[in-house]
Amino acid sequence: MNIKKNWWKAITCVLLFYTVIEGFLGAVPARDILNETIRNLYFHVPMWFGMMTLLFISVIYGIKHLHNGAMRSDLIAREAAHTGVIMGVLGLITGSLWARYTWGTWWTQDTKLNGAAITMLIYFAYFILRGSVEDEQKRARLSAVYSIFAFVMMIVFVMILPRMEDSLHPGNGGNPAFSKYDLDSKMRLVFYPAVLGWVLLGVWIMSVRIRIASISEALLNHSDTHPTS
Amino acid sequence: MPRGRSRIFSGRIAHFVQQKSAGIFYLCMPNPRLSLLQLNQQFSPGGQTNKNLVLPNFKKGGSSNDMLKEVRLLLYKEFLLESRQKQSINGLILYLISTIFVCKMCFRSLPEPSAWNALFWIILLFASINASSKSFMQDSRARFVYMYTMASPQAIILAKISYNTILLIVLSLIGFVVYIILLGGNPIQNMPLFLTDVLLGSMGFSAVLTSMSAIAARTNNSFTLMAILSFPLLLPLIMTVVKISKNAIDGLDPSISYKYLVVLFGLNLISGALSYLLFPYLWKD
Repeated sequence: MNIKKNWWKAITCVLLFYTVIEGFLGAVPARDILNETIRNLYFHVPMWFGMMTLLFISVIYGIKHLHNGAMRSDLIAREAAHTGVIMGVLGLITGSLWARYTWGTWWTQDTKLNGAAITMLIYFAYFILRGSVEDEQKRARLSAVYSIFAFVMMIVFVMILPRMEDSLHPGNGGNPAFSKYDLDSKMRLVFYPAVLGWVLLGVWIMSVRIRIASISEALLNHSDTHPTS
Repeated sequence: MPRGRSRIFSGRIAHFVQQKSAGIFYLCMPNPRLSLLQLNQQFSPGGQTNKNLVLPNFKKGGSSNDMLKEVRLLLYKEFLLESRQKQSINGLILYLISTIFVCKMCFRSLPEPSAWNALFWIILLFASINASSKSFMQDSRARFVYMYTMASPQAIILAKISYNTILLIVLSLIGFVVYIILLGGNPIQNMPLFLTDVLLGSMGFSAVLTSMSAIAARTNNSFTLMAILSFPLLLPLIMTVVKISKNAIDGLDPSISYKYLVVLFGLNLISGALSYLLFPYLWKD
């Protein structure tokens, strides 16, 4: 194992072990309603950080593809979006569970839930768009254009929507933010490493997916040129 | 079309030929071969026909004046096409009226204001998607290629967006009148605000839907894609217009709605700018 290249994977493992052990066993402040579910903070919130990071990588590589036309950039954009959507689904599941125990419902009309749902809709449409185009170059270009358009609109949406409606989430609509009192300094010690750890894990999964995808593409090209082997 | 009117069109075309832009109007002719000959006769001195009509060359990336001219010509082409295929606009109007009628039959009594408002925008949303989906699908492949050699992509997208804006404004105003007549009752207390909202909303819809139509037209299940690509992107716009029109219905003080109007205007600007910047990547094959 090449230490110079893979040091960040070791850091990811350490951070995530720390998150899981400290997150489940460490002391947390006792709060009404939240009780022990407050530990979900270490798992639910970092998923959104991970998703946004990966989707941002996807858009950057989309722009790169439009700029230089390299198929490699398109492959990275696709795999980043895939991993981002996986993290988004995990964020929805952990959020839904948390909402069931604190707000009493699996799903509710809430700004942040709507933002998450729209993000999912956009990226599912992105995959369907990719599936509907045969030609590789054209598929790459169309999906890059769509992902740039959609990402900008999504950011705008996430920014303007909270000003239009109240949210049940902490820090919105008169609800106290976690930073006020819930997220005491002890929780911060777990929360920040958790965010970093989950983001790095997302990037790691993405890099593995990219390697798998480029190997299977290379195999496909190989069997095209050498049909007997 | 009666003979006399087509002569009027030919006359106007001849006028534009002298303004070096004949090529675009070649596209609008129902019978390209015939019109090319007609153009030739008017174009070449002495009335000789020239088999290889040399098309005027547009300067790519020229001054903004050239761009405006291109947009104007392309817009004129869109209107000319529309006036020759009246069934398509009539079809859209009938679609709108039928949808409203179905809603009326389902609701029977006048829905309460917030439902009235939501229903109005949902009907407009579907009509808009239907209207703009054809903006790139109806042009044949050959016509596309021809058009792209003639004009810059920015001019094409600007012309398409302006045309769709006008189309959607006309459709939504017709829809609005029919909606009020058919559903009965008019709960709106601040009419100018409501109409401003409809105008700005149509502009935003057309900016988003035109580029989505450009994407969807290049795929092989364009009608489904048109809807699923546009819905999530239209949501911010829809939520803003619904909010403003609800304020207009309730007759709230206009100062409350100003910040939403600014948001709506900003959304239009952003989606227009994105279409303008990204369209050049969509049209090359």
